[in-house]
Amino acid sequence: MMEEPQNNEGTPKTGNSKPQTPTGTAVATPPNMAVNLTPTEEALVNAKAYLLKASNKSNLNLYDHLSRILTKVLDERPENVVDLFEDISKNVKKSKFTSTSDTILDKVDKTAEVELGETQKILFERDQEEAEHDGGEDEVETPLPNLPELMYHFEQAGVGVSREEMMRIYLALKQLVDNYPLQSCRFWGKLFGTEKNYIVAEVEYREGEEEEEEEEEEHETEEPDTEKDDEEGEGEEQEEDILPKPDFKPPPVIPREENRTGTNKKTFFVCNEPGQPWVKLPAITPLQISVARQIKKFFTGRLDQQIISYPPFNGTEANYLRAQISRVSAGTQISPLGFYQFDEEEEEEEEDGNRDSFIESPDFEGIPVKDLVDPSMANWVHHVQHILPQGRCSWFNPVQQQEEDFEDEEDEEEREEPDEPEPEVGPPLLTPLSEDVEIENIPPWSARLTSSLVPQYAIAVIQSNLWPGAYAFGTDKKFENVYIGWGHKYSPDNYSPPPPPPVQEEFPSGPEITEAEDPTPEEEAALRAAQQEAMEAAEEMEDEEEEDGEDD
Amino acid sequence: MESEGLHLNISYVGSCGTVLSAEQSAALQTSLVILQNNYKFNRVFFWGKISGIKGDYFIAQGCGNDEMVERKTLYSLDCVTWGLLPLATQAIRDQCSVVKGRFIGDPSHEYEHIEIQKLGEGEDATEEENTIMIKEEDRLAAVIAKIDEEVAVVPRGAYVRTPHGLVLKNRSFEGLSVTESGKLHNYFHFREPVRLNEKTLLEKADLDKSIDFLDPIHEDIPRGGSWSLDFVRGGGLVTIRSLLWPGMNFYHVPQSRKFGYIYIGTGEQNKDLPFML
Repeated sequence: MMEEPQNNEGTPKTGNSKPQTPTGTAVATPPNMAVNLTPTEEALVNAKAYLLKASNKSNLNLYDHLSRILTKVLDERPENVVDLFEDISKNVKKSKFTSTSDTILDKVDKTAEVELGETQKILFERDQEEAEHDGGEDEVETPLPNLPELMYHFEQAGVGVSREEMMRIYLALKQLVDNYPLQSCRFWGKLFGTEKNYIVAEVEYREGEEEEEEEEEEHETEEPDTEKDDEEGEGEEQEEDILPKPDFKPPPVIPREENRTGTNKKTFFVCNEPGQPWVKLPAITPLQISVARQIKKFFTGRLDQQIISYPPFNGTEANYLRAQISRVSAGTQISPLGFYQFDEEEEEEEEDGNRDSFIESPDFEGIPVKDLVDPSMANWVHHVQHILPQGRCSWFNPVQQQEEDFEDEEDEEEREEPDEPEPEVGPPLLTPLSEDVEIENIPPWSARLTSSLVPQYAIAVIQSNLWPGAYAFGTDKKFENVYIGWGHKYSPDNYSPPPPPPVQEEFPSGPEITEAEDPTPEEEAALRAAQQEAMEAAEEMEDEEEEDGEDD
Repeated sequence: MESEGLHLNISYVGSCGTVLSAEQSAALQTSLVILQNNYKFNRVFFWGKISGIKGDYFIAQGCGNDEMVERKTLYSLDCVTWGLLPLATQAIRDQCSVVKGRFIGDPSHEYEHIEIQKLGEGEDATEEENTIMIKEEDRLAAVIAKIDEEVAVVPRGAYVRTPHGLVLKNRSFEGLSVTESGKLHNYFHFREPVRLNEKTLLEKADLDKSIDFLDPIHEDIPRGGSWSLDFVRGGGLVTIRSLLWPGMNFYHVPQSRKFGYIYIGTGEQNKDLPFML
């Protein structure tokens, strides 16, 4: 019995030599009580009193704490309790501090999780009208793809996002189809950003619908522009001293391709999370594509983010995103050979060889999976037009436009005849992948089967090595492309920004701008002497004249 | 990520484009259990996948008593048969640092590297070409070691160091709170600390010796640009992606003990990072 209080006290050194110290230091036992006790009992009382002493910091005492722990242990009877003892002790202490009832108003802020859940709840709500028509009429043909099926195929290849997210994306696409007049709609892929990600949908409007929509948008945006022009005009009138204008003429701006052609053939919608409103990306200009090729930036996830780069990018992240989407599409959208064919009627009309439209071939029989994974890749074709270095799919002659501009200028004769630029030519549409260029000994595409164990039912998966994250699967008559990645082109070498343009040449030095040398003191003296002489001679002359006058 | 409950753990990083096919995940669940038994590991982790041109490497790691030091790395091409990777010594890592480009997918493939050595000095200098053959297996080991060193992440408090220096899983770790999990200084590099030893006494004064024995990741260079932290389901799941090694995804469910990382990528470092921010 003597040992225990010593151990509990936690000062074994002094405890061993002087067993009575607790009595003196810790608790002063009332003298009248100690009278009737045996020494053992007295020590026990002292020890208990010591254990009951409340801490200055937490106002707890060890006696109550231990009894609480032991109650808890005996109630719960956990395994290996001796190992968990510290944890239990900690938990008991913790639970002591949390008050069960709160006097402050019970108003909990919505967490981000709840907010997101509320935005996504809309996706799962059924349309009232739809519910009424349910099963009554024949299903109207919808541009909505059977995404779960397509994603099931991709999942076999180890590509894609988790199933729940895919379902949400699918429902979000449905929302998109319901709200816009679309002819076709496709899940293009997912792009990662440093803060948020983008989910990208590729759509085509029905004939004429997009133009209407854009006109409305343009009317809205035009107004402030005209005001601005007026202001500028007034400003110029007020200024009397007009600044000299540089005679530098910027290279002609290459016009963007019309909607439904070339790089603007498809329209893209993006959103950060399924359930959030879809945002339509602006049409792409050739300049943006050519600058996007020279820069490499991470997306942030905010469409209005400025792109700070060299060479400067004309636009916000929305434009850069659109440029990268165009580039990825042009490089990686592939289909099995023979699935698409050129429309024969149109072929006769356009004989310049730059056909940009195709139709689904009615007699496509499907290619065996074994041939689809053939390393030569001759059984797959690109079905998106190649983007020329100019940033357009069909080449535009910049000189033509210049001539038109110059027509009303007077200095037409002085102008030098610019060389007729060589038209840029890219591979035509539906070119097999076997024509693609290698990336420094790395084949541009890798093909494989999804399963080595059951090859009979496996599907072919094609992976782009040039655009990591771009995948396509093919089986029987089905195929699909998807892109899940960062939106950057692969290069085995590291990126180096383009060098700044060369320094402007100096003005040719000639006598008219050469600084004359300062005269030496001797020369100055000689000049001074000469001037002196001339002065004297002149004075003499005057004198003579005066004398002559006097003579008159 | 831990191999136990792999199919659940992998769904946490699904938003990063990381999916295993049913065949792969079934094969892994079978073979990793056998692996754990054969090598007598305490715990087995599915480390990730390094994709090559012809085939993919699946990587697993097993650990003994000390979770940090006693780690062995194994690779497999078919998720079933596993081979032990050679230890990535400094010599191997130096040698493999010259190799660039994608992995091929064949462990016996040999990369050829021509090293130009200068002999003599001044005018007598002659250049001698040395051809070094580097096995892909070695490169794989070197790259995995480098990724582990640079971007393996654990939340603060998930591991403790005992007075004996042993690094153990912290039994009383209950996850970071939602607000704390949004801050990068609550995540640590899971490697022997480098920067901690360079800190002054004043900076180290407030650190808990048993918990803060690792380097926090918010000090990585470039500051603020090495990691992308994202709340996936509002605040229900935190994912941290490394921008230096694209493909390294870390997840943590706040207020739970669930955390882990997986690397699914090409095994190439993003050298362009400074230009891309």
